[in-house]
Formats: sequence, structure tokens, C-alpha cells
Amino acid sequence: MRQFTFLSIGILFGITMFKSEAASWFRIYEMFQFKSFHMYGIIGSALFFGIIIIQLIKRFKLKSAYGELIIIPDKQKSFNRYLIGGVIFGLGWGLSGACPGPLFTLLGAGFSPILIVIFFAMLGTWTYGNLRDKLPH
Amino acid sequence: MKIILEPWPWYIGGPLIALILFLLLYFGKNFGMSSNLRTLCAICGAGKKISFFDFDWKTQQWNLLVAGGAVIGGWIASTWLSNDLSVLIHPDTIIKLKGLNIQSAGSSYMPKELFSLSALTNPAALICLSLGGFLVGFGARYAGGCTSGHAISGLSNLQLVSLYSVIGFFIGGLLMNHFLLPYLL
Repeated sequence: MRQFTFLSIGILFGITMFKSEAASWFRIYEMFQFKSFHMYGIIGSALFFGIIIIQLIKRFKLKSAYGELIIIPDKQKSFNRYLIGGVIFGLGWGLSGACPGPLFTLLGAGFSPILIVIFFAMLGTWTYGNLRDKLPH
Repeated sequence: MKIILEPWPWYIGGPLIALILFLLLYFGKNFGMSSNLRTLCAICGAGKKISFFDFDWKTQQWNLLVAGGAVIGGWIASTWLSNDLSVLIHPDTIIKLKGLNIQSAGSSYMPKELFSLSALTNPAALICLSLGGFLVGFGARYAGGCTSGHAISGLSNLQLVSLYSVIGFFIGGLLMNHFLLPYLL
């Protein structure tokens, strides 16, 4: 049952990414050209509701579907890793036009060259794991 | 039905992403897609030599199911829920991309010059796909999250460090878009 739940949430996510065109390379290119409000509207409205949802969850100590208190862990405090990692990610995002969610969506939509992007994204992840102790965090 | 078959406007897409964030929290999880890349490395046996991948990947099965769902969702949306796949970006952007030899701008969902099988014979396309993927994978793990983990989950939870990452995403993206991409395409 739990497996079905997560699969269904993923299906809704994939449909949303594809239909809102957030998975399109062209929309990402256009976003970095500041030529359309579309992507800013998607991220901005997701954030607007996201902030309200999380504030309400905390204020009313909402419980999860399994009766446990919903706990959202704070992220580890640091600066270097977030900025440097962010810039590296951004370079890849601007080039491949795909962040990790759309990688999976585009595979399903039949753009098979995305398999190359996925393979190299795994290789990049593996390389990070290999170099982690040597990088500033 | 016609409205569903059209591209969805931002004010539908954005709130649905917030709904997905809520659903995952309600089922006791946190929204973040790039962790799946780490899990896939662990499944491939990367944990034998590198401690970063030495964890019980079965604890991440839920997120792999979300990713699997995203694959199915992409298939459903492209096969059953779309009439016309072309993405109507701004006319100036179309002209700019045609100048960079992306002729499919304005008439397809993804640039055919990068994401079609015939493009794979072009070394420049292969470099874009592989280098782009590598940087996404490396950067997401270094920053501890991607667009979903930082820009949506992290910022929604008012995490200052996620703002550093999102600023980084835009520094990198703008550098690529304006200064590097014209030479790579």
C-alpha cells in the first residue's frame, strides 16, 4: 500500500513536470534569458504555498498518515558547500536543461538520449562521493 | 479535457508541486529527487569502496518509487495528455536559439539537436549531454540537494543555506547560458 502511495505521488509529479513544461530544455534556457515569467511563476507559486503549508504543519503540529508528528529536519549549517555545489549544479542545469526530477520524467516521455545525462549524473554523484573528504564543505 | 491537453500554466504547475511537497511530508518523507542518484550508485555497489554509498539503500526505496512514478508520469503525460508537444517560448528566445543552430526552437518539447537519436552522432551534443549530466550529479550532491531539495523543500522551510544554493544555481545557470553555451552548442 505504501509502495502504491509513493508511486502515485511520483506519477503526479511526472505529469506535473511534463505538462507545466518545467521538464523542457527550452523553458530552462528561456528562464536564464529572463524572457518569460513562466518558470519563475512555477517556482514562486510552489514556494508561496510551500511556505504556508510548512508553517501550518509546524503551528498545528500536524501528524503524518501514520500518526507520527511531522518533523522537517533543518539543513546542516555551512556556506561553501551550498554555494560552490550550487554553482556547479547550476552550470549543469543550464547545459543539460534538466534537474534530477525531469531526468526521470523525460526518460518516460521517450527522449532516450536522456539516458546519457542520467548515466553521467550518476558518475558525477559517484565522483563527489569519492572526493568528498578532499572538498571544502 | 481540452484544458488538460494544452500546456499547463504556471499557476497550475506551481501549486501542484507544493501539493506534492505536502503529500510527501504527510507520508513522513521529504521531497528531494537527487538523492535517488546516490541510491542508484549504492545499488550498483559503489558502497564497497566508498563510505558515502555504504548505506542500506532499501531505506530509500520510497524515493525510488517516486522517481519510477515520475518516469510513468512522463510517459502518461506525453502519450495521453498532450496534443501538441511544441513549447511556445518567447519569440526573441526562438530567434536567439536558431542563431545558435537550435532550429527546433518553438516547434518541439526538447531540442532535436541534442535529444534525438540522430543528434548522438554529433560530438558537440554528446559533450553537452554528458558534461551537463556530470555537473548536475556532482553539484547536487555537493550542495546536498537540487531544485526540489533546496529551491522547493529547503526554501519552503525557510532554510538560509538553501538560499545560498539557489543563488549558486542561478550563478551557474546564468554563466552557462550566457557565456559558455554559445561555444558548446
